[in-house]
Amino acid sequence: MSGQAAAPRRSLVWERRRRAFAEFCREYARNRAGLAGLAGLVVLAAIALSAPLFIDPAGLTVTGGSGGRFESPSARYPLGTDAFGRSVLAMVVWGARISLTVGFLATFVSVALGTLIGITAGHFGGWSANVLMRVTDWFAVLPALVMAVALAAVMSRSTVTIIIAIGVTAWPATARIVRAQTLAVEARPFIERARALGGGHGHIMLRHVLPNVMPVVLAQTTLLVAESIIMESTLAFLGLGDPATISWGAILQEARTAGAVSSGIWWYLIPPGLAIAFVALAFTVCGRAVEAVFNPRLRERR
Amino acid sequence: MTRSAAPAATGHGTAPGTPRGGRRGLSPTLRYLGGRLLTAAVSLLAVMVTSFFLFRVLPGDPVQALTQGRNVSVAQLEALRREFGLDKPLPQQFVDYCLGLLRFDFGTSYQYRVPVADLIAERIGPTLLLAGTGTVVAALIGLSLGTGAAWRRGSVMDRVNTGVALTLYSVPSFWLGLLLIVVFASGIGLFPTNGMMTPGVTGALPVALDVAHHLVLPVTTMVAVVYAQYMMVMRSSLLDEMGADYLTTARAKGLRDSLVLRRHAVPNALLPTITLIFLNLGRVASGVILIETVFAWPGLGSLFYSGLKVPDLPTVQALFVVFAGAVILMNLLADVVYPLLDPRVRT
Repeated sequence: MSGQAAAPRRSLVWERRRRAFAEFCREYARNRAGLAGLAGLVVLAAIALSAPLFIDPAGLTVTGGSGGRFESPSARYPLGTDAFGRSVLAMVVWGARISLTVGFLATFVSVALGTLIGITAGHFGGWSANVLMRVTDWFAVLPALVMAVALAAVMSRSTVTIIIAIGVTAWPATARIVRAQTLAVEARPFIERARALGGGHGHIMLRHVLPNVMPVVLAQTTLLVAESIIMESTLAFLGLGDPATISWGAILQEARTAGAVSSGIWWYLIPPGLAIAFVALAFTVCGRAVEAVFNPRLRERR
Repeated sequence: MTRSAAPAATGHGTAPGTPRGGRRGLSPTLRYLGGRLLTAAVSLLAVMVTSFFLFRVLPGDPVQALTQGRNVSVAQLEALRREFGLDKPLPQQFVDYCLGLLRFDFGTSYQYRVPVADLIAERIGPTLLLAGTGTVVAALIGLSLGTGAAWRRGSVMDRVNTGVALTLYSVPSFWLGLLLIVVFASGIGLFPTNGMMTPGVTGALPVALDVAHHLVLPVTTMVAVVYAQYMMVMRSSLLDEMGADYLTTARAKGLRDSLVLRRHAVPNALLPTITLIFLNLGRVASGVILIETVFAWPGLGSLFYSGLKVPDLPTVQALFVVFAGAVILMNLLADVVYPLLDPRVRT
């Protein structure tokens, strides 16, 4: 009996989700800036993923450069060469892989942490919530850059360290937003219904609160990726990244130590910075578009 | 605790004839302030403890880093260790550190061999100058552009302003600084790109002009990256106000549009922006680390960065406390100032 009832109910749920997603896409598509940002990100992700097909990583090691030092842009090296005779274009394309990976993973760490703490604090309330929110407040007070720099310096120099340093410093904002949203959701009658039907804490948090908190989390995630990518480049620029990996910040740091600034080697300095700005802008624009879909108050009133 | 207990004690002592409303109005305010102060004090304490233990795990031995390249005997290394107090057990070091903090004694810098407090006193001026000028300029630009953008929402000016602000917001500040250096150092040579003063300049006015001249590029970099936040917040909070009934009333009274904007809408919309400015003020001190590093500005940020490499433990942990303390202080100020500015949240 219950088995027969479950199947149509599940398809009903899927039907509802499909419709909600279509509605989301329709609303999102009305935001032209958001569409442009999304298109830019898709193109960039495609380039980053297919980079190994047309770039040989051997040519990107310090000793593997094939050109001369600081060659200006030519047909062979469209963006010139760096201090070690490597093609700047190849370096920037390859750097997209690290920068995007770190940006996504760091955001994932911080959003997961923030969501977990936010939902827990919002659901349980009482003294445990108080303790959690005090910890959140305290983390929010620590200056993110100083904390990330300190953490990156304390742990060994690797990409994982950078991911942890960003993830650990960026979560308080997410936790606060998620907690506020959790409180708003839990005040609604369907949570009371779920509780009356015997739903436990885990069931309510996972099946009822989480799906309703997700929209806020999604918008927050998109905006955080932009911040994480800038933070990654900052830490790499300060010389705290893994010296062997090529990220946009690391390229800029190498350019600075090689004296590209004082001798005005613009083709070494401009491309990585433009890449960072482009990706950060694209994510910011997408994040604002997502926010506008879920929060109609933000939508442009025409 | 004593602060929050005080109003309750005086409350019991009031003569029967005094109006009760006054007592009721005073006590919650003081309790609110006391609570905020207590929270701030606890945060500061936590920051001090974190600072000590966080930097103890830094890799590298400061004594070895300082004597690198020189011929030193084991006995000399031991003497140096004893001088820094690094030979004592960690709990003892922690107690010494806490006792020192009570007397505002942050210890002696390993690299400069002077008290850290003196070092900070010497470097805090340039940082405040840079961060303060940058914040004021960014806030003025952000507020006026945000007001204009919201008032003419959807116009070409609004779109261009929002687009430019978002783009600059996405640019890493250090990269913008590097580009400015390339343009102005190897290109035009209009502004100095390094340090805060030209050596040899004397006299009050020439020095002031010289510092202002050096300030141009770092402040430009900072403003370009920061003003977008103020602009976007001002724009959205003014947009929130624009649907309000009191603006319709003001217009119905026959006020001109510019007066409605200036006298009625802007003062209300300013509130969230002012909070943001306060919250950001605490962060700019650490936020200028990058700009100071790029422009070799002799402030706290570059001190922190150079100290991290040794590691110069007393300097780095003191600066950590200073940076986090600035945020705590500004949060506290925002909490205190907000009720004064906005009667609606006064209780």
